[in-house]
Amino acid sequence: MTDVSTKADTPRTTASDVAGTPRRRRRSARLSPLLAAFVLVPFAVESIWVFWPALQGFWFSLTRWDGQTPPQFIGVDNYVELVGDATFRGALINTVIWLVLFGGLSVVGGFGMALLLQRDRRGVGFYRAALFTPVVFSLVVTALVWRVFYQPDGVADSILRAIGLEHLIRPWLADPETALYAVILPALWRQIGYVMVLFLAGLKAIDPALHEAARMDGANAWQRLWHVTVPQLKGVNAVVLSVIVIDSLRSFDIVWSLTRGGPYHSSELLSTYMYSAAFQSLRLGYASAIAVVIFVLALAVILGYLVRAFREEA
Amino acid sequence: MIQKFRTGAFHSGMILLSLLWLAPVLWVVVMSTRTFDDIAAHGVGSLPHSFTLDTYRQAWTDGGELQALINSMLVTIPSVALSLALAAVGAFALSRYRIPGRRTILLLMLAGNLLPPQILLIPVQKFSELTGLYDTLWALIAVQVGFGLGFYTFVLHGFMRDLPGEIQEAATIDGAGPWQIFARVMLPLTRPALAALGALSFTWIFNDLLWAITVLRTDDRMPVTPALLALQGQFVSSWSVIAAGTVIAAVPTVAVFLRFQRHFVSGLAIGAVK
Repeated sequence: MTDVSTKADTPRTTASDVAGTPRRRRRSARLSPLLAAFVLVPFAVESIWVFWPALQGFWFSLTRWDGQTPPQFIGVDNYVELVGDATFRGALINTVIWLVLFGGLSVVGGFGMALLLQRDRRGVGFYRAALFTPVVFSLVVTALVWRVFYQPDGVADSILRAIGLEHLIRPWLADPETALYAVILPALWRQIGYVMVLFLAGLKAIDPALHEAARMDGANAWQRLWHVTVPQLKGVNAVVLSVIVIDSLRSFDIVWSLTRGGPYHSSELLSTYMYSAAFQSLRLGYASAIAVVIFVLALAVILGYLVRAFREEA
Repeated sequence: MIQKFRTGAFHSGMILLSLLWLAPVLWVVVMSTRTFDDIAAHGVGSLPHSFTLDTYRQAWTDGGELQALINSMLVTIPSVALSLALAAVGAFALSRYRIPGRRTILLLMLAGNLLPPQILLIPVQKFSELTGLYDTLWALIAVQVGFGLGFYTFVLHGFMRDLPGEIQEAATIDGAGPWQIFARVMLPLTRPALAALGALSFTWIFNDLLWAITVLRTDDRMPVTPALLALQGQFVSSWSVIAAGTVIAAVPTVAVFLRFQRHFVSGLAIGAVK
């Protein structure tokens, strides 16, 4: 190490396969076997556990399969069945509701909190930590914490009783009317702190001179927010959007721990329906078709994320 | 005067909100020390009338949380170490050498991590059955490493790419091969990113439910997250035992967070400002 630093300013010479050297590199460059292994081993591990299974997943969606006998090719029958499946339609609608409420509110809440807590002043560290704490819990822990809240005679009921709204009391998680929303609330509790941290990082990167200049030009706080802060956060917004959509479509743990998609599929999401179709009804082909639908829904966001990443790498 | 009032309003509002945010957690911690009779008599929504730590003993031994925590550690620690090691060598080669097709490889790996896991569940379960790994912790380690690799490689690649090239060139002149450059030069410089990813991936893998219930079946092989769900079934109405189990399951990730707080938050923010 010490040796290296002393020579750090010697002129660049024969580092032929070091990236970034301007000299044209001979096409026949000898790639050392070690470097090849450095790339190939991780790539092979991911291929075995991700790429190959993903391709199989698409294939399985075209089959009828119970997991015991070999899969039977049935073309697009699974997808045709999905169209007429009321549970699937319900799960799709719930997933959209989840995306809008969970995604929308966590962005609004996280952005609002980031704005309030962006300036370093006394107490801010504590407030940030408080909002961030739930992020480190697993969703199952989150679910159990909130189960206490929703339990008959639990905290929610006690509060309602204390403020004289007893008539609103209901079995929050067991009532098809409220189950989905009762599951979204804990998910939000956990997500807002996460989104807040993403926005805080973005806000920190904005040049204060921009705000100063806008202030000089007579822009009020609201105008500065819309015309300086929001445009400057473009990069963060894209990341947050991707994270939110991908997280929403993946959401499984919290629903599974609180309601398993019930009662009567009222809190069913595509992810939970897929899981129960696969591992409880043992309809592996049909479940694969649901998984493909989830993939297609996520595709636009995944591609957007990759295009952004690609541009940065270029 | 107005300024003072606004500061006061800000702090009282934020204190209230922070307490509201922490209240569910505090409630569960307090509840975990109540006796069964207390909860049976007064309900889970009441303030405590008793104090006991026996609930922790029940969750720890009768509820199998000890075994579950051991399983979690047996999975999480090797998974974190292995995926960071593989990601680091991959990112090193891809960012510092002209590997043909390196950009495509990198993006393909990242794309793999962005896939919804649902599309992988059935094939992964079948593959682990085929290889005889089903219902062993090996299967869980393998899938955690495979699925996380893409993201870690991508983040470490971004980090290593931005390190100055002169250091590497100097080492090359000194006759250092790729391995020496990696181990002696790049790896020490990458430590902040590794710490951030380590703290993050620890919580992700430790908190996972979906992969565990996909490749494991036997109860006493389950890590702590799925075991907590089982505990809920086992102690249906013993709310204080469930609460104690919840606290036990949350302690490791909270500890990692407190210990690596700065790294943890910077890890989350890595993607945001890029």
